[in-house]
Amino acid sequence: MPQIFELQVNGQSHRVEAEGERSLLSVLRDNLDLTGTKYGCGEGQCGACTVLLDGVPTRSCLTPIGGVGRRKVATVEGLAQNGRLHPLQEAFLKVGAMQCSYCTSGMLMSAFALLQKKPQPAEDEIVRSMNGNICRCGTYQRIIAAIKLGAQALREAGR
Amino acid sequence: MNHFDPLPFALEPERYELADDPMFSTGVDRREFFKTLGCGLVVLFLLDSATAQQETGGGGRRGGRGGGARPTEISAWIHIGADGTVSVFTGKAEVGQNARTSLTQAVAEELPVPPDQIKLIMADTKLVPFDMGTFGSQTTPNMFPQLRRVGAAAREALLDLAAAHFQVERASLKLAEGAIIRPDTGAKITFAELTKGQNLVKSVTDAAPLHPATDWKIAGTSRAKIGGPDYVTGRHQYASDIKRPGMLHGKILRPVAYNATLTSVDTRAAAALPGVTVVHEGDFVGVAAPDSLQAARALDALVAEWQTSPQPSSQDLYAYLKEHVTNGGGGRGGGQNAGSVTEGLALAEIKQVATYNIAYIAHAPLEPRAAVAEWTGDQLTVWTGTQRPFGIRGDLAQALGVPEERVRVIVPDTGSGYGGKHAGSKYAGDYTGDPAVEAARLARAAGRPVRVVWTREEEFTWSYFRPAGVIDIASGITKEGRLTAWEFHNYNSGGSGLPTPYNVPHVKSQFHATAYPLKQGSYRGLAATANHFARECHMDELARLAKIDPLAFRLLNLTDPRLRAVLEAAAKTFGWGASVPRPGHGFGLAGGTEKGSYVAACAEVTADRQTGAVRVLRTVTAFECGAIVNPDQLKNQVEGAVVMGLGGALFEAMEFDKLRITNPRFSEYRVPRFADIPTQEVVLLDRRDLPSAGAGETPIVAIAPALANAIFDATGIRLRSLPLVPDGLKAPA
Ligand code: FES
Ligand code: FES
Repeated sequence: MPQIFELQVNGQSHRVEAEGERSLLSVLRDNLDLTGTKYGCGEGQCGACTVLLDGVPTRSCLTPIGGVGRRKVATVEGLAQNGRLHPLQEAFLKVGAMQCSYCTSGMLMSAFALLQKKPQPAEDEIVRSMNGNICRCGTYQRIIAAIKLGAQALREAGR
Repeated sequence: MNHFDPLPFALEPERYELADDPMFSTGVDRREFFKTLGCGLVVLFLLDSATAQQETGGGGRRGGRGGGARPTEISAWIHIGADGTVSVFTGKAEVGQNARTSLTQAVAEELPVPPDQIKLIMADTKLVPFDMGTFGSQTTPNMFPQLRRVGAAAREALLDLAAAHFQVERASLKLAEGAIIRPDTGAKITFAELTKGQNLVKSVTDAAPLHPATDWKIAGTSRAKIGGPDYVTGRHQYASDIKRPGMLHGKILRPVAYNATLTSVDTRAAAALPGVTVVHEGDFVGVAAPDSLQAARALDALVAEWQTSPQPSSQDLYAYLKEHVTNGGGGRGGGQNAGSVTEGLALAEIKQVATYNIAYIAHAPLEPRAAVAEWTGDQLTVWTGTQRPFGIRGDLAQALGVPEERVRVIVPDTGSGYGGKHAGSKYAGDYTGDPAVEAARLARAAGRPVRVVWTREEEFTWSYFRPAGVIDIASGITKEGRLTAWEFHNYNSGGSGLPTPYNVPHVKSQFHATAYPLKQGSYRGLAATANHFARECHMDELARLAKIDPLAFRLLNLTDPRLRAVLEAAAKTFGWGASVPRPGHGFGLAGGTEKGSYVAACAEVTADRQTGAVRVLRTVTAFECGAIVNPDQLKNQVEGAVVMGLGGALFEAMEFDKLRITNPRFSEYRVPRFADIPTQEVVLLDRRDLPSAGAGETPIVAIAPALANAIFDATGIRLRSLPLVPDGLKAPA
């Protein structure tokens, strides 16, 4: 049975009519047209669907919408503020940390969560916390470089 | 060729004899096309017949009305509009290889406009000229020079217009970015002003002079991926992101096993679910519903019976391939036959015989196959991620019984392919093997647009695989290490990269087609990966037997200067021979050439005989593909190929029992992750004196043998099967 859910996404409140079993991923993409969050596996293995729930990186493919509650959802669409790219986004562009870029949203969200917790992660910390995100194009080395660059830019900006 | 034809007839230059139907049936009315684009200058690139034959694989493209070979093809065109926007039309698709960026550089190099004023319209069958597909590393060697020529011809045409405008000799004019200047008065006219109100068409086959690579200003430089901001903000829409008004979500009933036939299906329960449409046409059964959860429920509600018939499992695979040769061999894909191997072996002082196995692996592009289909009356539009837009158009026309002219296929820049998104009938054997056809069938029945996105499991099961194979090598060398004999038999995996680049007087290299259990097709680098793996491991074995350094051994038997150069470059950067590996560490090296480019890799691994753990610490890859178009993107491609190659080298393998794939998930099929990645160095050799070759494929071929050789160096264990260490290091039985 469809229910009405009040979702907090990227600082905005959305009323969504959906069945509680629907995945957060499908609701974001199909009901809210936030297609930046991607499907890659549906089993929590690839990280393409990563969003933040109250700042915690979460696989939206495995998260039923009925379980989201009042937690704040952050997606890749919310990273840029007032038309200005987030330093991590800038860093991905600067380093060229992508090929097809299908993994990029999930990478950005996982990296964002990491830097919130750990503003100056060492390389092995980056590897450990990003290991759940797959890039089939194999741009891992560049993504690590971009995360370091983004971390530095954030520090310099005092954010 | 330097004349202008007035519209409207001009887009089909009549001076060329056409075999049958119009020069290109993109399904668009030419005048419509110009109405859309507005007036301006159009330059067409015509392939001459020889090139057209080559480009289209000899048979010309398949036409909706008979098709067949034709003497010429339009392969690209460019339009300079009244607002100065330069639109370039090409049938190539962007699948993560950054063709959009490098092809834009091609035009910008010749026609001086800032790259951001160039808009590439790619892989939309209604708008772009016919193209076979984006594969075989052909975009750079073919489309790159063609777009340079189109750009150059447009430049020349603009100079003609400017000369007429200023009423001066064209030689006296100077080009600036987006404008032409008359130096004596300083007067300036922009391209936009020149083309405003004009309806001009020009066609070129070669004509205009090109900037030599040594003078490149825009080509040959590192440029960021075009549209980058759209990707990092999530704005870019892949095929799976396309949403149409009233769109439904489709799912397809898949057989319970390979070779299964549907004996009965009861669709009543599924059809009774709210909002659900069920389609049952022959073997095709699919459902469409307002959301994906409801579609999944409807799929579950289908009651189907299947008859299955077992086939070889992955356990029996290699024996099966060798026992089921379907032709006598003879070197399809460039076999070799010179001298007498028997004689060569008689001359040998050291001999070696070995067999190498190559497993089936999956492309597993992170974006699975996806399509959105929409019917407007009898017109069908399909958005899909494919490397063969025109091929899919043909498949759609045939499967749905509509003329190609009424089918439009649009390929949004795609979540990668690696050779895995050719799809369609060629590999499927039927038309149900592609989401484009599936979505179109469902959309027709439902009367609404339908999106089909394959699940990861479907992607792992119902796409096609890199062919498995068995390779037998028998070889001989003198005590000094000179090759005397080389016999190489490849069963099933394919003929690419089959001939040995080393000097050997008595040689026989053959490919043998066999029966095979899984659907197989192209994969980045094709069989060059398998053939290089076997050859470069075997070369290492010979070097060890002769107690010669593996690099020295290769160079001793090698003339090709380009291959020597990459081997030496990789070795130098790696420090090959400068130190011995620490205990538990090993160094390995391999090299090769395919599709006009050259690669060599050195690797350092640690391999622990006790725990079985293998870790790749460091790789150096040297790569040469002629004149480099975009160094940073090339480096990115090389790094990516090494990572992808590392997966196939160490742990990727499809497992299957007699009925089905048993590891169709990322949790069961291990792909490289952050923790698997070595420190990667890439050395690019820029040969501005040589034409640019493609680079998406060849860099993958050297990594697997380099790793196998490094593992041997570390442990003394010679592994001859890909993947090398799916369950960690074990001494072969
Ligand atoms: S789609 Fe959610 S982790 Fe892969
Ligand atoms: S860039 Fe293609 S999957 Fe990461």
